[in-house]
Amino acid sequence: MHPFQHRQHAHCESGVTANLLQHNGISISEPMAFGIGAGIFFGHLPFVKVNGIPGTTFRIWPGYIFKRVTQRLGIKIETRKFSKPEQAMKALDQALAQNIPVGMIAGVYYLDYLPDAFRFHFNAHNLVVYGKQGEQYLVSDPVLSEPSVIGYDALADARFAKGFPEPKGKMYLVRQVPEQVDFTKAIKDGIRQTCFFMSSPPVPWFGVNAISLLARRIEQYPHKFTPRQCSLYLGNIIRMQEEIGTGGGGFRFLYAAFLQEASLYTNHQQLGKLSERYTAIGDQWRNFAYSAARICKARNTDLVSYNELSRQLLDIGEKEKKFFRDLKQVKW
Amino acid sequence: MKINEVPQDREDFKGKSEVRKLMYATRDDGSYASVNSEGWEVENLATRQAWEAAIEDLAAVERDVRAGRLSPIPYFMQKCLMELPVLARHMGKWQWQIKRHFKPAVFAKLPQPILEKYSKVFRISIEELINFGK
Repeated sequence: MHPFQHRQHAHCESGVTANLLQHNGISISEPMAFGIGAGIFFGHLPFVKVNGIPGTTFRIWPGYIFKRVTQRLGIKIETRKFSKPEQAMKALDQALAQNIPVGMIAGVYYLDYLPDAFRFHFNAHNLVVYGKQGEQYLVSDPVLSEPSVIGYDALADARFAKGFPEPKGKMYLVRQVPEQVDFTKAIKDGIRQTCFFMSSPPVPWFGVNAISLLARRIEQYPHKFTPRQCSLYLGNIIRMQEEIGTGGGGFRFLYAAFLQEASLYTNHQQLGKLSERYTAIGDQWRNFAYSAARICKARNTDLVSYNELSRQLLDIGEKEKKFFRDLKQVKW
Repeated sequence: MKINEVPQDREDFKGKSEVRKLMYATRDDGSYASVNSEGWEVENLATRQAWEAAIEDLAAVERDVRAGRLSPIPYFMQKCLMELPVLARHMGKWQWQIKRHFKPAVFAKLPQPILEKYSKVFRISIEELINFGK
């Protein structure tokens, strides 16, 4: 088996998926993995708080992308969870002894090769361990340009980080790949599923409707919360959208890149046009983040700027709603 | 976002710009490419603000510990950026049990094994734990 090749990507899970599949001889880009895995999403949960701040997400739940991509391409995988760190580390060592690179979910707080700025408690980070040198594990973390190393204890802690969600030592690896893979059907299935997740949830907290929900909440912020809270709430949305691993604009550019590649792959003009539209929506998200940061910086709670911010987001919500309706109606 | 619009706003705060993350942006002909970025002032501000809030919170807890209103447990919990449910999971206890340990009087009577467990979770020595704020 040839040595594992680390490549940097924008997002951890689609990056790990692309790297693991490439290692197994399947030429797949990160945007393609993200799109086939139906990675794009939106969710806002005012009542689920992290450090007292309501949760916002721009992506589908962790573990989902790898699972769906491999399913859709007919790749056999193995996933395992463990109750004890010793077992989890032993299983990792065994796979490494056979030269199999292993994907896993880890808590960012314990990954001591990352700069401190990123080391909050966030338990849904994905990385690949592809070898061992003495006591150090060789890590391919897709958000970094170069491979890293990590010690046994830190890795064991990261794999058994506590809180929500709990990785429980989860590891995944590729067992068998088909000789030929065709992306066409996988692309269609991925798009169909994304349209379903974005347009159809019957609850207001998920999908395109949740964007309007967040917009209406933001309008209420200065009435309901202290200036400090307002500022931290907006700051958290910016971080989820831009800080790390989204490729910019809360994954919107990553998804537009997928649509463009899919359009070329399937020779489907309409997807190319939709890609352009989604790029424009991504730009609007960037503008939204910019306006939000200005409010944070001024630390003001003047109602006009919050109303304006809310209107900006309502407009994005409307555009995304129409966008996914049109994407759903693409004829194949 | 066009390639020439990808921001390169360097931020040295806690090593943030050491990660030159990958962004997706369009070339002049509209085709997508990936570009490295050192950061964007907008998210730099959000990162810094989140850390500063954590530091402010920690200082507030420290004052309470020094004034004898709280035990050192909530201080080290906050220092490790943990929340009550996470600490409870680490300790294998209910949240209300941990909350009791926040009281200086209860903390003073905690048996050695529990103190040991706390110091392991916080990665400090028992002496550091019990002497903090005295």
